[in-house]
Amino acid sequence: MTATTTRAVRERSLVGPPRRPRGTGYLYVLPAFLVYAAFLLYPLARSVQISFYDWDGLTLGRWIGLDNYADVLRNDDLRDAFGHALVLMVFYALVPLCVGLVLASILNRAKVRGLSFFRTVVFLPQVIAMVVVAVAWRRIYAPDGPLNSLLHAVGLGSLTRAWLGDYGAALPAVGFIGTWFETGLVTVLLLAGMSRISPELYDAVRLDGGGPVREFFAVTLPSVRGEIAVALTLTVIAALRTFDLVYVTTRGGPGTSTSVPSYEVYHRAFELGKVGSAAAIGVCLTIIIFVISFAITRVGDRDSTS
Amino acid sequence: MKSFRSRTLIAASAIGVLAVTACAPGSSSPSPSAKPNAAVTTDAAKLGNVTLIVWDQEVRGGQAAQMEQLNKDFQAKYPNIKIQRVSRSFDDLKTTLRLALSGNEAPDVVEANNGRSDMGEFVKAGQLLPLNAYAAAYGWDRRYPESVRQYSSYSPDGRTFGEGNLYGLPQVGEVVGIFYNAKKLAKFGLQPPKSWSDFESAMATAKARGEVPMMLGNLDKWPAIHVFGTIQGRSTSPDDIKTLAFGRKGASWKTPDNLKAAQELVDWVDKGYFEPGFNGTGYDPAWQAFSKGKGVFLIGGTWLQADLAKAMGSDVAFMLPPAANAGDKPVATGGTGLPFAITAKSKHPDAAAAYINFITSEQAMKVLTSTGNLPVADTSSQDVGGGLQKDVFTAFGDIVKTDGLVPYLDYATPTMYDSVTASLQDLLAKKKTPEQFLDSLQKDYGDFSASNG
Repeated sequence: MTATTTRAVRERSLVGPPRRPRGTGYLYVLPAFLVYAAFLLYPLARSVQISFYDWDGLTLGRWIGLDNYADVLRNDDLRDAFGHALVLMVFYALVPLCVGLVLASILNRAKVRGLSFFRTVVFLPQVIAMVVVAVAWRRIYAPDGPLNSLLHAVGLGSLTRAWLGDYGAALPAVGFIGTWFETGLVTVLLLAGMSRISPELYDAVRLDGGGPVREFFAVTLPSVRGEIAVALTLTVIAALRTFDLVYVTTRGGPGTSTSVPSYEVYHRAFELGKVGSAAAIGVCLTIIIFVISFAITRVGDRDSTS
Repeated sequence: MKSFRSRTLIAASAIGVLAVTACAPGSSSPSPSAKPNAAVTTDAAKLGNVTLIVWDQEVRGGQAAQMEQLNKDFQAKYPNIKIQRVSRSFDDLKTTLRLALSGNEAPDVVEANNGRSDMGEFVKAGQLLPLNAYAAAYGWDRRYPESVRQYSSYSPDGRTFGEGNLYGLPQVGEVVGIFYNAKKLAKFGLQPPKSWSDFESAMATAKARGEVPMMLGNLDKWPAIHVFGTIQGRSTSPDDIKTLAFGRKGASWKTPDNLKAAQELVDWVDKGYFEPGFNGTGYDPAWQAFSKGKGVFLIGGTWLQADLAKAMGSDVAFMLPPAANAGDKPVATGGTGLPFAITAKSKHPDAAAAYINFITSEQAMKVLTSTGNLPVADTSSQDVGGGLQKDVFTAFGDIVKTDGLVPYLDYATPTMYDSVTASLQDLLAKKKTPEQFLDSLQKDYGDFSASNG
């Protein structure tokens, strides 16, 4: 080892860049790759494998080919679960993005005093563990909880309901927790992007007679496309893999109106003993997450280079 | 980009090849080492030096206290047997037990949930030891009545629940009954109801006096099982409920009796006996509100006794659900705590059985009582003060004596918990009619019992 190192050093000093023997690079990657393979690739392969079996986690599994996947498509409850995940995407990704854009541009333009204070406040939900967030919101949404008291206090008593027990309101109520949770992250990401925009660009817009709205669409929005792509990737993945929030607040209820795929994975694998089916849902979820995040990064990349 | 694609393709196909060629998950069932009726040793002192690994879920307050006490006593009595205790919360135990049992270093004694998706699956996989020989040797079959033993009995293939071999022994019992605010009943000039119609008219009186007649928080989905189970016990015969709830062939959900029960539950909603928004109220907030004086009745399990007694003192009392006619045999939903079972891989089954015998002995029942638990055997003969604890002990003793315990409805099939909880929320919210409610339960039960043979 020492011999090759000193030789490499000498060669570099004498004849410029060292000749890189093919494969040495891979050697450096090997330790990390082994960890990655052991804790990610192998479990992934096993999940794919198990998804082709009818397996209860105990006795010998039975090969059933693609039946588990067919079941994901056929089963109404599972289809609904994936549908709910799509609805949650709106609450986790789109709404925080819109709110975050507005908040960030205001915070960025207004040059308010104590910006770091507001940034911390906005970011605070991210610091709290999701389980704690869920427990707190469960209390807020309770029939005699703060939300309903507030509505009564401002004379909107007709709007009060058992938020998490109401068939129409439960999914949006759960989604709104996601909005509250993700907005801070998105805002801080966008703020970082906006702070890098050169002030001359805004001056140029003003010289052309543009107002704040024009500034936003002509300068701010195109400049933070990269950040938007990152924010969307993170929040969309968070939406698709929602588990703890549903587990703590509603357990998929009322009826099955807030069931989500990740919860079904847990439920089937650990409570029903349908490990094969759980693996199939997990694999589908992985593919969907992969495709969506791949699409988002592709779109983000293309826009920022053009 | 091209190289990225080809590499992804290689990686994906590598995963695919691995996935298809690797051997099937799981292992074929090991044959249980001991025959159900083989000779067994009951003298634990003669078993030599043994270490027993015990997995339990007795982590809270009085549960943890009794376990620690009994383990200490056991080791004092049998110094040759060392207990290595692994204790986890219920949820953790449930999710890790499956892996532990199929691994090579399986524990000797495990506390396994009674239901089909736990104990039933373990029996099917041949991972638990049938305890019949020990039951005969230690006299468990005499100490524990049939209505208690049924909850840890399965056929050897794990398909039939509620009869067959004995696979575990519980320490504690539980029964779902009615807690009532005695002070408020007295204020209304009412006696504790003696019959079901008395009970319903008491709720009507409470409603008329502006009180919430029945506290219910069903956000967690399962509490309504207890309410519906209690109503069903008035209209449907206990044998039918047992057949349905153990998922055995030969009964039907689509009967006039069950329809009457479902309709009655809906009537309670219509008459405003529950507080509005009960589907959005948590289970704990509901009984906590009751403990602070809200509402008149609460259908709940004996596990609430300690907390309610502490908060309400003599204002609260407990009774079994009154029978349709005063004096009829009582029927109530209930069961046992998690039974302790011996794994098939255990190298020291005799020592394990001695341990289980010790923690369920007469002496152990006294320890359970003194640590605030409800012992499953010798319940009526325990020395408890008065008040709520006395009510609860008397109620459980009575229901066991008359064999009136009927199982929780979600025991029926591996998926019944989902079906019954979701359908009950639907029924209570009037998303389903009583007929549709019974249809969905019948579908789950019918499909399962037909395919289960």
